[in-house]
Amino acid sequence: MLAPVHHILPLTTIVRERLLPVKGKVNARLNQKVSPTDIVAEATWAREHVLVDVARVLNLTADAADKLIRCKVGDRVSVGTVIATGRGLLPKTVKVPKEGRVTAAGGGQVLLEVGESRMELRAGISGNVVQIIPDRGVVIQTSGALIQGVWGNGRVDTGVMINLAEKPVTVLTAGRLDVSFRGSVIIAAQVRDAETLQAAADLPVRGLILASLYPSLLPMAREMRYPILLTDGFGSMPMNSAAYKLLTTNAKREATLNAEVFDRYSGAQPEVIIPLPVSSEPALPRDVETFAPGQTVRMRRSPMMGMIGSIMNLHPGLTMLPGGLRAVCAEIKFENGEQALVPLVNLEVVG
Amino acid sequence: MPVSLVQGDSLLAVDVGAATTRAVLFDVVEGEYRFLAAGSAPSTAEAPFKDVIEGVRDAITNLQSVIGRNLLDENRSLITPSQPDGSGVDAFVSTLSAGPALKTVIVGLLPDVSLESARRLAETTYARLIDSISLTDHRKPDQQIDTLLRLRPDMVVITGGADGGASRSIHKTLEPVGLAGYLLAPEKRPAVLFAGNQKLDDEVKELLGGVTSALHFSPNVRPSLETEDIEPASRELAQLYLGVRKRQLKGVDVLETWSGGHVLPTAYAEGRMLRFLGQVYGGTKGGILGVDLGASAAVIAAGFKDKTVLGVYPQFGLGENLPALLQFTQLEDILRWSPLDISAGTLRDYLYQKSLYPSSIPATKEDQTIAQAVSRQALYLAMQTIKRDFPRSARAPKAGLLPLFEPILAGGGPLGDAPTPGQSLLLLLDGVQPVGVTTIILDRNNLLPLLGAAAERNSLLPVQVLESGAFQSLGSVVSVIASASYGELVLRARLTYDNGTEARADVKYGSLELLPLPTGQSAKLTLQPQRGADVGFGPGRGGTVSVSGGAMGVVMDGRGRPLALPDDPVRRRELIKKWLWTIGG
Repeated sequence: MLAPVHHILPLTTIVRERLLPVKGKVNARLNQKVSPTDIVAEATWAREHVLVDVARVLNLTADAADKLIRCKVGDRVSVGTVIATGRGLLPKTVKVPKEGRVTAAGGGQVLLEVGESRMELRAGISGNVVQIIPDRGVVIQTSGALIQGVWGNGRVDTGVMINLAEKPVTVLTAGRLDVSFRGSVIIAAQVRDAETLQAAADLPVRGLILASLYPSLLPMAREMRYPILLTDGFGSMPMNSAAYKLLTTNAKREATLNAEVFDRYSGAQPEVIIPLPVSSEPALPRDVETFAPGQTVRMRRSPMMGMIGSIMNLHPGLTMLPGGLRAVCAEIKFENGEQALVPLVNLEVVG
Repeated sequence: MPVSLVQGDSLLAVDVGAATTRAVLFDVVEGEYRFLAAGSAPSTAEAPFKDVIEGVRDAITNLQSVIGRNLLDENRSLITPSQPDGSGVDAFVSTLSAGPALKTVIVGLLPDVSLESARRLAETTYARLIDSISLTDHRKPDQQIDTLLRLRPDMVVITGGADGGASRSIHKTLEPVGLAGYLLAPEKRPAVLFAGNQKLDDEVKELLGGVTSALHFSPNVRPSLETEDIEPASRELAQLYLGVRKRQLKGVDVLETWSGGHVLPTAYAEGRMLRFLGQVYGGTKGGILGVDLGASAAVIAAGFKDKTVLGVYPQFGLGENLPALLQFTQLEDILRWSPLDISAGTLRDYLYQKSLYPSSIPATKEDQTIAQAVSRQALYLAMQTIKRDFPRSARAPKAGLLPLFEPILAGGGPLGDAPTPGQSLLLLLDGVQPVGVTTIILDRNNLLPLLGAAAERNSLLPVQVLESGAFQSLGSVVSVIASASYGELVLRARLTYDNGTEARADVKYGSLELLPLPTGQSAKLTLQPQRGADVGFGPGRGGTVSVSGGAMGVVMDGRGRPLALPDDPVRRRELIKKWLWTIGG
């Protein structure tokens, strides 16, 4: 059976696309070295639209109004510009209500783009630009450690990682966040109150890497301007040992925390990238494996949700579970020494 | 052209769900079509696979290992037609529900009339309503345009105007859709279905033709103010849905090629079977009900003699949408179904964690209990939602309750995969809360939608498979409507078997009683309601009905309708444990 893979890798080659949501201008050049905060592409679009109903104002049919409209698509118009004048001794005029650009004219109406929203796309990771995607963005390649998460609040930043998780279950409190942590990416296991999230914002930190968070804190976490990444899930789960070990042993190194919102269809996933110097290019991570004995796996569901273990053997046929269901199972030996039969659909390969 | 039964063609049907892909083989055995075997595998619409065909091939490979015959060649392509060595199949059909619900905007003239029809139409497929535009909309057209640009709908459903009626008003509602489409990049434009005044089709084509990703037309859902006919438009909507999915999901085009274009949305195919069954069986007693609880949506189809109502509710799906369930219900409302003392926090964590891994399954007893409690509430909410769209002719014995349904067909993971038939039955009784006398049939292999898809290629196949015993009868259920105190007698029942022997039961309020009646047997059931209780014959009225057996025999549900659980949590949990024990859970 095909196995999903959760990447927790000490050294790998990381290739990431950075794309604008709309067409724009790509600033980066091929083979350019970029740092996480470099703007690799940018785009602008209208903040709002204004529809001027010339036909209605002049009390004409659409065809008649079209003949009187003086502007055309692409014209820049300022407030008060007359775009149509009616007929008669005292003709009515139709003026532009807001400064903008004409995007459509016809059917007795004029549609204006008003204002400008601007988006700057940052590299997100340090590395080399290995591909330019015209009008949309770039592909960046780097080498280093990669730790994927399961939830992110949509922010990205870079900073030196500080380990405040003495154990994989350590709860971070507001009191522990003093000014010396300003500008850092904090590693902790859990945050259980809004005050701590706010204290991190007030410092401010460059990011929070947590094992889990109460669902009730998710709305606030989404509002925070610094990235928050969960390695394991929701509630009060400890950090899985593989992520904990890799993160804490790399403490004091600079890391990029890309807390991208998980999208199961595009594959976008929150991740921590720790750039590391390499003499030769390490292997790319494998996205799909087939379940096999000896593999390191992580539990996706109870019991022992989040725990790491290894596959001892795959059971043939269907096995009855304690809950009563029958499923294809593997015998797993967990790192605490316990063994259990686990449905394959509740496992993911770590690697 | 239907394939002749005489040719004995085999048919492979595949359902691509959000979590699981199932492959099912039908073939001729002793001159009639039979369900032979099924194989399943995790669906692969999501990353890293991003190609539904991988999951389809895995499911077929698992099916091959069951039947001992090759259906795929060495390149993992479908072998068709069947070969002299027994490999391959003659025909292939597919149903599809994988992928996120389509972001949908509905457009109509009046909220209570055409917009309501648009809503009902949109709910016949996997749609998530994100906005509506009507004549009573207080926003200016430019604000509507900006909203559409921000929301970027996948689909817009437009209704309005009786045939030959309003046209200027419809123009007004079309403008923001057209202008937003014009401003969006071509690959981000929505697909549009126009199901309004047919006289305007040409004008709509002119106005929207160049600014949508696909423009579909269907007969008017409201040809006159008094008449609503959703069915022809829902067929067109099914085609629109598949078109959007083809753009979104890799591999759907391969399914189309393998099937010669016979791919249908799963819910539509299920509704189609219910429509057929409703015409055959519905009418005399009420309707026929189909429920399917899946990861992508809860699908409810009710077939009445003159109308079929199909409701597809992604908001009550048990997969990635689970946290959104809390927009419709409280944690306490879910926990009321649990026989174990589970905290609200544990349940909340469960909903969020399960949404990360929709294909995971409960492995422990506590996890299974939570999963079933969530399923009960999702099914209950789906039933409460679809009730508003039942035709007036489908009258309930009491206000707020369901009309009579006979039979009820149930499928989907939590129902089909429950550890025991008793657990499936109790989940269904709690979630649906049927009334009167009904037969409960379990579609363990989720055959119903596949038969609906197969009907396009072979009209005999579904009929013969339905009659072949491929579905599991859970038994006959008598649901009592009564106002009484716990422990008071509400029904006396006597079951007379074909051999003349009898079994009796006194049903007390708040209890379940079982009388044995094996699958394949029938018997006469005489019912004497007490204290003005109603078992479908009217308050206090008794009668004798023929009932058929099943895994649970004849079940008398004396818990009342609507089912009111005790407020005291300890007493409630004890009672649920007792019901589970009674029903063999």
